Amino acid sequence: MSNDRFQNNEPDDADRLEQALPDGPQADREIGVDANDAGEAASARTGEATADAYGRGEGVGEGQEVQGLSQGQIVWSRFIRHRGAIFGLVTLGLVILLSVLSMGIGPIPGLWRVQEITSGDVIDGGRPTLSVPGIGGATGFAIGANPFGQDSLGRDYFAQVMLGVQTSLLVAFILGIVALLIGVTVGSAAGFYRGKVDMALMRFTDLIITLPVIVLGAVLGALVSRVPLRIGAGPELTASIRENMPVMLAVALGCILWTGLARLVRSEFLTLREREFVDSARVAGASDWRIITKHMLPNAIGVIVVNGTLLMSAAVTLEAALSFVNFGIGPPNISLGYLISDNQGAFSTRPWLFWWPGLFIILIALSINFIGDGLRDAFDPRTKKIPSARAMAKAEKQLVASRGAASAQSNGATAVQSNGATAVQSKEDAS
Amino acid sequence: MARFIARRLALAVGTLFVLSFLMYGLLEFALDPLVDLRENPAPNRQELIDNRIRLLNLDVPWYQRYFLWLGNFLTGDFGIAWRTMQPVATLVRGAIATSVQLVFAATIISILLGVTIGLVSALRQYTSFDYAITFVSFLLYSLPIFWVAVLLKQFLAIGANDYLQSPTVNWPLVVILSIVSGLFWAGALGGKRAKRIQVFVGAFVVTLAVFAGALLTGWVNNPTIGIVGIGVLSVALALGVSALFAGMNNKRALYAALTTAVLGTVLWWPLQWLFFYVEMNWLWIIGLLALSLALAALIGWLFGGPDRQISIRGAMITALFTSVLIFVDRVLQTWVPYNNAPQIRGRPLATIGASTPGLNADFWMAQLDRATHIMLPTLALVLISFATYVRYQRGAMLEVLNQDYIRTARAKGLSERVVIVRHALRNALMPLASIVPVDFITLIGGAVITETIFGWAGMGRLFITSMDGQEVDPVMFYIILTGGLAMIANLVADFLYAVIDPRIRVNA
Repeated sequence: MSNDRFQNNEPDDADRLEQALPDGPQADREIGVDANDAGEAASARTGEATADAYGRGEGVGEGQEVQGLSQGQIVWSRFIRHRGAIFGLVTLGLVILLSVLSMGIGPIPGLWRVQEITSGDVIDGGRPTLSVPGIGGATGFAIGANPFGQDSLGRDYFAQVMLGVQTSLLVAFILGIVALLIGVTVGSAAGFYRGKVDMALMRFTDLIITLPVIVLGAVLGALVSRVPLRIGAGPELTASIRENMPVMLAVALGCILWTGLARLVRSEFLTLREREFVDSARVAGASDWRIITKHMLPNAIGVIVVNGTLLMSAAVTLEAALSFVNFGIGPPNISLGYLISDNQGAFSTRPWLFWWPGLFIILIALSINFIGDGLRDAFDPRTKKIPSARAMAKAEKQLVASRGAASAQSNGATAVQSNGATAVQSKEDAS
Repeated sequence: MARFIARRLALAVGTLFVLSFLMYGLLEFALDPLVDLRENPAPNRQELIDNRIRLLNLDVPWYQRYFLWLGNFLTGDFGIAWRTMQPVATLVRGAIATSVQLVFAATIISILLGVTIGLVSALRQYTSFDYAITFVSFLLYSLPIFWVAVLLKQFLAIGANDYLQSPTVNWPLVVILSIVSGLFWAGALGGKRAKRIQVFVGAFVVTLAVFAGALLTGWVNNPTIGIVGIGVLSVALALGVSALFAGMNNKRALYAALTTAVLGTVLWWPLQWLFFYVEMNWLWIIGLLALSLALAALIGWLFGGPDRQISIRGAMITALFTSVLIFVDRVLQTWVPYNNAPQIRGRPLATIGASTPGLNADFWMAQLDRATHIMLPTLALVLISFATYVRYQRGAMLEVLNQDYIRTARAKGLSERVVIVRHALRNALMPLASIVPVDFITLIGGAVITETIFGWAGMGRLFITSMDGQEVDPVMFYIILTGGLAMIANLVADFLYAVIDPRIRVNA
């Protein structure tokens, strides 16, 4: 039973390869095809074929070269080919556009008719007026007065959710920046100076990493909400502090989420500082600051960008969870977690109050995660873009055709060649 | 080695001390024990405030109070939760037990499931199956747990209870589930197109038949396994385990596993008498399990052969599975009286709490009651943490599969099963040693959000209610406990890793 299972696990293109190369010597085909993931084997064997296959790098059959391109260009060209990342980028962009266009940003008013959240009459039980053909038996597309419905006080829910989206994104962004700053500073100092500095900074990191994030977050959330009282602020100052609660919370949470990033940057720096270009910079008389910022940080940018992105997606769910247990954002501010927490009792009567904020949390977190994944693949030099099955077939046909035309090489070499192209796909990050 | 451990322990104690000091300071700022009295209109307000200040020593500066607290803590006095005036020690005892119960099952299930699926996903790298698993794990990773938990409560629990009360089969759902199952198995087993289509059809038909059988014959209203079910499932597992870990050519291992399965099934009958006449408790159950494992080891040893260990291992896995089946079977026998109990009234899936209050239950029914309560929070926790393990294990397996020695193993002609199970799998599982201890030890800290939603009085909920109630002592206990355990877990993980990976040397 499972013998079959493990013996027959050639990649899907196995039969296709056989069709394309009916005469290829069995032995050559075996290595590339059977060695599912260690497909490097095939490419490592023949230098020329390897170079050719690697040069094709990105999209086999398109002949894309990476030579002579800057890191930014290579990363960008890889990134925009990552379907998940583009999906994430577009989704996130649409969500931001929707929330900004509808509710405005800061003092600039938006286009949606409800700009002030006020209670009013509950129409039709507060049911959402949004109708999309095919869902719930609706015949035409209509937005209506309250596309996401109304809550029990008759407040427009679309406006609330859009404000919540803005708050969540703001928190995620500020938190990401703060965590990035602290993490990169601590990590690079520890990795660059090593010794006592490293020891002290890493013990400090251990201190923060010991407690679960949600616990520290709850304590900091309670602390932030207590600030006006503790500094004995007057009513006006209190009101303005309360207005800016999300920013303060984001900064506070940023102060605890940097630890993972600091560790990664540190280990990256520990290897980078042994490299020759750092030595030559030092011999040339560069200061520590210059070496760190101009020579080493650009080499660690991949780790930093990827983790900064993933931090932001963690921030969205963390903020929502904290607001849910009342240690995050509360009135007068609106966040997605607060909306869910506020309305969870109404699930059986007004389920839409529960659906919309959750949907937007997932959309935001998922798209940021996909962007992070795309960035990781784009920055990792070991990663090669995986062409779709159709692109692979096309590439193989082209290869066979070109080889057939040249007819200088034997069929065996063709098999290796095309296996080399197959092998490219197996080099993914092992993270 | 002793020096290494001593140094790490000293460091941990120091860190814990600094941590507790800082957290005490933060909590002093964050919590306000006088908050309810400040707006109290009572005429004796000042007197009340004075009383509370005296009770909580609020008149001394916080750093002095910290050392008072630390002195008490070190002598075993963990303080009081002043709202109820209960000592923290008594509050915590029940909470830890509840949290461990809740998170233990969820952690084990998500590790087993996540690791297995991550491994298969790595073996099927860049297939549609791999992409689908990646997408699903990203999706689960992005889900807010409180949202999932409320959805599970509303749809799964209430839906299932409604179904049990008035069964009307939702055929489209059944068919969709069967298709998903077919796609899953076809993707997981892989192979050429013809084989995948066969697997798809097979899995689809089997799933559909199982669902239809369970729903139409009313099995779900009175679920039992019975001796026949135990026999069939055990033999199937014995075959599977032998095929996977020993290979069908190893007849001794196969016969050992099969013998164990048959013996276990036969033992079902005398065990029913034992369960009937003797009042069971967990000691008995663990003893019986140990006995069955010893018996299985003996069977494997007797079949022996040159590779005795494999036979013993296969037999023991089978015995474990069969024992669990017999246990579950006995628990399910209490289904009908449980379901008809006045506290349940035919709605067995619970959405809140850890047990039904006032249920007059014997040992077996208490287990069933626990199972119906733990199901939803476990599912919610598994859905969330499963994704992490999938990503982690997939990465680890891919890393191993690209190593040179795997190519060597293939090149010298080993079968794919041996390459994967004996060469790749072991090394791919090694990184787990650094995360599993942490996950297990920290589970005593509970799951803050899940416990709050499902109303489990565990450690996480204790933390949240104490924060809400402005009580410093329980919060501090929680912080010391989770912090200390996390440090121990990291120490264990490092130690374990050094033991199983010869490349890592411990230098003090």
